[in-house]
Amino acid sequence: MRIMRTRAAAAAAGVGLALSLAACGEAGTDTATEGGDYEVAENAADNFDDGTKMKELAESGEVTIGVKYDQPGIGFKGATDDIPVGFDPEIGKILAASLGIPVDDITWKETISDNREPFLQEGEVDLVIASYSITDERRAIVGQAGPYYVTGQQLMVPADSDIDSLDDVKGTEVCSVTGSTSLDNIEAEGATPRGFDTYSECVDQVLNGTVDAMTTDGAILLGYVAEHPDDLKVVVDPFSEERYGVGYSKDSPEMCQWISDTINEAYDNGDWESAFKATLGESGVDTPEPPEFDACEA
Amino acid sequence: MDDIANDPGLVLNAFWVTIQLAVLSGLASLVLGTLLAAMRVGPVAVLARFGTVYVSIVRNTPLLVIFVLVFIAAPTLDLLVKTPFLVKGVIALTIYTSAFVCEAIRAGINSVSLGQAEAARAIGLTFGATMTQVVLPQAFRATVPPLASVLIALAKNTSVAAAFGLAEATARMRGLTNNNADDRWLIFITFAIGYIIIVEIMSAGAISLERRWRVTR
Repeated sequence: MRIMRTRAAAAAAGVGLALSLAACGEAGTDTATEGGDYEVAENAADNFDDGTKMKELAESGEVTIGVKYDQPGIGFKGATDDIPVGFDPEIGKILAASLGIPVDDITWKETISDNREPFLQEGEVDLVIASYSITDERRAIVGQAGPYYVTGQQLMVPADSDIDSLDDVKGTEVCSVTGSTSLDNIEAEGATPRGFDTYSECVDQVLNGTVDAMTTDGAILLGYVAEHPDDLKVVVDPFSEERYGVGYSKDSPEMCQWISDTINEAYDNGDWESAFKATLGESGVDTPEPPEFDACEA
Repeated sequence: MDDIANDPGLVLNAFWVTIQLAVLSGLASLVLGTLLAAMRVGPVAVLARFGTVYVSIVRNTPLLVIFVLVFIAAPTLDLLVKTPFLVKGVIALTIYTSAFVCEAIRAGINSVSLGQAEAARAIGLTFGATMTQVVLPQAFRATVPPLASVLIALAKNTSVAAAFGLAEATARMRGLTNNNADDRWLIFITFAIGYIIIVEIMSAGAISLERRWRVTR
């Protein structure tokens, strides 16, 4: 993923997003329908073998997907929105479409970082698509197919900040969401971690000068810079690699191949690209090369 | 579990922040709460009124809201911007807990029969001397059990600070469960035991104080 490094470029991107935000300000669901035109498979249940989770879902005509509600660009649901918008919900729509399930029949459920595994294990949701970085620890208890997107951790600082390299964060206070991997990584760099409940609270702490910087995946930061182009900037090249995967229950290992096939098809037919452009791409990021999927365990 | 096993200091450090929050705001709440109680039972009408209003406002406000006021609203108004996070945590917890301390102590004061105060005044003690020499020593005795409850609640209330920039036990637990999804239960139990130890130490302290101050009537 190419990330803009200069303030001017970020500001220009900001204007772009601000305009598009203003454009959809009146009807919060506009953006939701924009990217959501994926061809819904007909008689999808016939495409799957008996006894598979996909067959079960396709026959029931409903699917429950866990997404984040507080990450602009990735998965976000405003107080007045009917359904969440962002890149993750778009991936969810692509997967649902291959099961023959239209957008209206998808049940969205908010997942936070803490409850993604329990939700999958207890069958609370069928899929988790929630900026869910693939790790060995998680793959030990749930299935993760992917990556469908690769991003990296960066820093966001006030526009007049002196911080412009990772070495500068030593001894500073850096905000992120309590319990997140980003917070651990920045602590390892010598900063004091300041965990808050949501990213927007962190943005406020940076804006009013209580903390020196905020850190999380670059894509999320760019969304906030776009909202405050004069006050904030993103610095530092990505210093971690987060590979977002689709979470599914270990009880249905057959889902891995289906997720892999479906998203790879979306790579080829342009659905993935249009999903990206309609969401994360709005902050001015170029559409990256789609990442290659890990092989599913046979 | 690797993280805990490799770095037991992480858990201890986490509880150290919890303990700092609990002890510092516990002491501050005892001081402020006692002052408030003195105001409420004292002869100065304005102060009594202030104490009553403070208690009813603070006691009716959720702790989370007080944290939001101190950590999010105040900096927006350019207040407390450069105050260390630990101090802000202590401020928020003290504002909240002192109202409950005040009421626990007031209950104790009310348990001292009026004759004691009248007798003290009759031999010429001032209001201050009556309180510090006669009423409060007896009142504290009666307040040990309710005060212990208030302070135990405080120790657990420190976990609210997890969402406000303080890397105390609950915040660390969330970090560990996020990184070690496969060891959720062990992490939960480790941290639960930590809280249980803190609370048990406080209960034991309260029981021994009760014994020591017991009066033979």
